[in-house]
Amino acid sequence: MQQLFYVFGSLAVASGLLMVLQRNPITAAMNLVVTMFSLAALFVLLSAHFIAVIQLLVYAGAIMVLFIFVIMLLNLQDDELRPRGRNFIHLVSVAVVLFAMAQLWQLLSRTPAIPLAPVDEAYGTTGEMGMLLFSDYLFPFEIVSILILAAIVGAVVLAKRRLD
Amino acid sequence: MPAEAIFMAGKIGFVFFLVLNLAGVLGWVERKQSALMQDRIGANRAPIFGITAIGLFHPLADAIKAFTKEDFIPARAHKLFHTLAPFIALVPALTAFAVIPFGDTLTIGGETTQLVVADLDVGVLFVFAIMSLATFGVVLAGWSSYNNYSMLGGLRASAQMLSYEIVMGLTLVGVFMVYGSLQLTEIARAQGEYFVFGGVNTWIPKWGILTQPLAFFLFLTAAVAESKRLPFDVAEAESELVAGYFTEYSGMKFLMFWMAEFVEIVVISALVATLFLGGWQIPWLHPDGLHVPFTAIVVGLPSLVVSMMGVGAFLMKVFVLIWLQMTIRWTLPRFRYDQIMRLGWKMILPLALVNVVLTGFVVLLLNR
Repeated sequence: MQQLFYVFGSLAVASGLLMVLQRNPITAAMNLVVTMFSLAALFVLLSAHFIAVIQLLVYAGAIMVLFIFVIMLLNLQDDELRPRGRNFIHLVSVAVVLFAMAQLWQLLSRTPAIPLAPVDEAYGTTGEMGMLLFSDYLFPFEIVSILILAAIVGAVVLAKRRLD
Repeated sequence: MPAEAIFMAGKIGFVFFLVLNLAGVLGWVERKQSALMQDRIGANRAPIFGITAIGLFHPLADAIKAFTKEDFIPARAHKLFHTLAPFIALVPALTAFAVIPFGDTLTIGGETTQLVVADLDVGVLFVFAIMSLATFGVVLAGWSSYNNYSMLGGLRASAQMLSYEIVMGLTLVGVFMVYGSLQLTEIARAQGEYFVFGGVNTWIPKWGILTQPLAFFLFLTAAVAESKRLPFDVAEAESELVAGYFTEYSGMKFLMFWMAEFVEIVVISALVATLFLGGWQIPWLHPDGLHVPFTAIVVGLPSLVVSMMGVGAFLMKVFVLIWLQMTIRWTLPRFRYDQIMRLGWKMILPLALVNVVLTGFVVLLLNR
């Protein structure tokens, strides 16, 4: 199990880095798909099978296909993808990220290891997830539904204005 | 646990052997069936020592031909993605089979196993998740070929597959509500029960096609659209796009796209058989033998025979559904692109939602 964690963990990090470093937008998007896939595998290792499948279905499947669809429609030319020169903001953001990673490393190295308790048989199953969503987390669930509905209405309004 | 390992190896081997061979043979079946329907003779050559077996060796000849052909990559194509695309298209379709049960439990030498490679709790969702990855194969093939026809085919395929994935998922919600599970073995097992009206056993099995007739037709339509075959094959429309997203493919890579399509047909048939036609169930046949309807008489049968009959019944249902899809393929003309989108979003999707609401009411009333 632990070896698998290292395999998929490093795969996720490596493809995440590649996604940022690649200039070709399709290559970057495909690297993001690999990241999503590795994250799904990590969820499986945590016994969260339902989340893993939803991660694949929604992020790796639907959303990334939409991304690639849009990139293909834009059809960017090579000269549009050339770097525009590095400015002050780039330097600052890299420095901030490096600082945050150093802080995280320090924090993690100080944290004592916690022995893992074995999880229940029903843990992470579809039924269990549904029970939690519709009992303890009903209010956040409904709020998120309204948020998504608002986003859908917004998307329709934006698309409609362009068409008329 | 050696017994478990042997069972697992056997099941994986059986599934691979079945699906890959079926995909190969389907290439011949399609040519032969289209020939029959169009009053032609069809593939009848490829003899081995003078035996043609009504052309049954054609898949073999096709494979040899594809392996020995030049593997051509266009000059300005993206080499890595052009090579990767057929694999991404084929592998998910094969993986989806892991969760589809092809039989009831099998008991050999005191060891019992469920005849499915991985009996996942998330079942159907796993099939959808894996199949949604197959879209990348098609899209990447279209993009990496550096060809306008391929590009258009890839664009059409991505929009179509994305739309129909959503529709497919929604049509099945009613089925999940009726059987109360996503696990394919449990859904199939629940279909072995009988309708009971007012305490009277009718001996009519609770197959999905009877409990969810609307969902059956909607799902079958959406599934055919998802597999991008006629009448939904705008992604590879020969008369306008040469061959669509795989225009620039040759040799074995071309054959892999072709196989991916046939494996997808088998997956769809197996999924429909499991969800709507009772999976491995044969009416009135229970693990202990054949129950004669309206009586308490039980004709006892050994459990091995019952298991084998279950596997046979499942294969039979799959074959019938494959035949149905082939017949649809060679009967209907191609839809226009806007018609496909309208069918998906404005007809099947609202009907699926109506089905969910109706099923909710019925389930609520019956469980009171």
